[in-house]
Amino acid sequence: MSLSNNRAVLLAAAASMLLVAGLALALFWAPEDADQGFSQRIFYIHVPIALTAYACFGWGAWKALRLLWTRESRYDLESYTAVHMGLIFGILTLVTGSIWAKISWGVWWTWSERQLTLFLVLFLFYCAYFMLRFSVEPGPRRANLSAVYALFGVALIPVSFLAIRLAENFIHPVVFTRDGPQMSGSMFVVFCVCLAAMLALFASLYTNELTGKRLDARLRELREALE
Amino acid sequence: MTYFADVAALARKDILLELRSRDTLPAMLLFVVSALVVFHFSLPSEASATASTGLLWIALLFTALLGLGRAFTAEREQRVLDGLVLAPCDRSAIWLAKCLGVLVFLGVAEAVALPAYGLFFEPVGWELVAAILLANLGLAAVGTLLAAMAAASRARELLLPLLFLPLVIPVVVGGVGATVVDDPGRYLGFLALYDLIFAILSWASFEYVVVE
Amino acid sequence: MGSETGRVTVISARGLGRRFGSKRVLRDLDLEVRSGEVLLVTGPNGSGKSTLLALMAGLLAPTEGELEVDLPRGRIGYLAHESLVYKELTALENLDLYGRLYHVPERRETIGALLERFGLWDARHQRVGSFSRGMQQRLALCRVLLHGPELLLLDEPHSSLDADASSLVDVLLSELAGQTTMAVATHDPNRVQRLATQSLVLA
Repeated sequence: MSLSNNRAVLLAAAASMLLVAGLALALFWAPEDADQGFSQRIFYIHVPIALTAYACFGWGAWKALRLLWTRESRYDLESYTAVHMGLIFGILTLVTGSIWAKISWGVWWTWSERQLTLFLVLFLFYCAYFMLRFSVEPGPRRANLSAVYALFGVALIPVSFLAIRLAENFIHPVVFTRDGPQMSGSMFVVFCVCLAAMLALFASLYTNELTGKRLDARLRELREALE
Repeated sequence: MTYFADVAALARKDILLELRSRDTLPAMLLFVVSALVVFHFSLPSEASATASTGLLWIALLFTALLGLGRAFTAEREQRVLDGLVLAPCDRSAIWLAKCLGVLVFLGVAEAVALPAYGLFFEPVGWELVAAILLANLGLAAVGTLLAAMAAASRARELLLPLLFLPLVIPVVVGGVGATVVDDPGRYLGFLALYDLIFAILSWASFEYVVVE
Repeated sequence: MGSETGRVTVISARGLGRRFGSKRVLRDLDLEVRSGEVLLVTGPNGSGKSTLLALMAGLLAPTEGELEVDLPRGRIGYLAHESLVYKELTALENLDLYGRLYHVPERRETIGALLERFGLWDARHQRVGSFSRGMQQRLALCRVLLHGPELLLLDEPHSSLDADASSLVDVLLSELAGQTTMAVATHDPNRVQRLATQSLVLA
């Protein structure tokens, strides 16, 4: 038990340090963007959060696959926690993306941002994941259903992205352009630090939440054993 | 092969059930025509052809939902699904048989909806028909699996649309795109890709939806 | 084939438990049933008899412990509380479906014989929805025996049956005991007591 305690503390420490470092670098050290100015710095938060959300969903799907393959119930909790984290990071992606859009173009939402649109679809999908979980009794059944749905989620990600690209041909949104990701060397460094920070944050939160949930379950078991 | 014999036996049963109760298909037909009429009243007069195409696809989506909501009701009563699951046949055969049934229902509904659409709004081209045929496969594949999921939950009819809609957004894109754009090939290809991916996924994972 | 009683283990459970949400229905169960044996499962309502049979059938998965049933699905017959037949179809159509799914050889003859045995031959073209509860139970018995299972899991086989039909079931059980492995859950152990080789009382 103390080994995993150490791991959790280490992760939390690493995440905190990376976050502080990343934010500091993003706000102060990174070169100012010629076109967008200061507001471009949100990119260092928004994109790593988005990528971390993908990582969460991917991790959740991996654990789901393990559940269906081995039928071991512990994977259900792991998959659920990862998806849960993914939804949180997903909401943060939408929020930071919206803020960036407001600052850049004066609108809170635009359909021309493919990433943002994709995240909206995924947000709907994974909210339905929770509705599914809430409407089934805890047990092997719920674990199986959640796992299958989580797998469908990762299949949906690339297919949806393709769909959104194709949709632009006939939906003709008001197009705002933003310069592509031609990052200079120092920008790339900052980006990597922030990405590492977000992933470490995910790992830390994931470990903590899992431990907490497992303790809850253990407590319930003990309570029942006493009855 | 016994697999296809099992599928045939199950599909035959589904057809028999619908012929006896005769409720799902008429409801779908009436629904799709009513929806089209409602859309006429909801579209402003300057609306383009594209807008009415979009609405047709929405009507088809919700008609599919209506049919899918009923897909497993016969099995819910008396827990018949347990009986089917216990049989030595592959569980995916249950999915395939249901899928075929849903496809037939969708086909019949569209055979009514498309002429109605042609009458109320504008002529139907081959691209629309091709897109609809391809879309049917994806909708039936994914929808059947999700209907089984929803049937296992407390929320049932409430849950199915929530699970279904995000997953079929690509189908709408493919379908409307193929109808509206000059070069429909890419969109039809995309629909085929969607069908392939999600049919395989649904076929492979159905077992885990009906078994603990 | 394992038709000699006491040879092959068909069902084995170790520390078997099952919970539904927060409710523990079965707890720490150890069990061994050998080929040809008859396990009698008794206990008050809610003690988990049906749950145990459903676990053995493979409809439920254990939430604790292990359960192994050493037979493929097609060799197991499960009689549940519900009849597991379609109300909109006729008795014959239902049995025909199950006959196909279980790959029963000489399907027509087997179905006919079973319907006759349980007094449903005349009602074979009637929709099951119009059946009385007793007729449904008899049809369910036909369904369960259709494929000649090696393991029979019977959850309250006598329920809803009148005296005549109940005796039919008694005769059936006597015939099968020793050859077919059976697990019978019942409120009323007296009817099955003399056949039982093992008894399990759930609290």
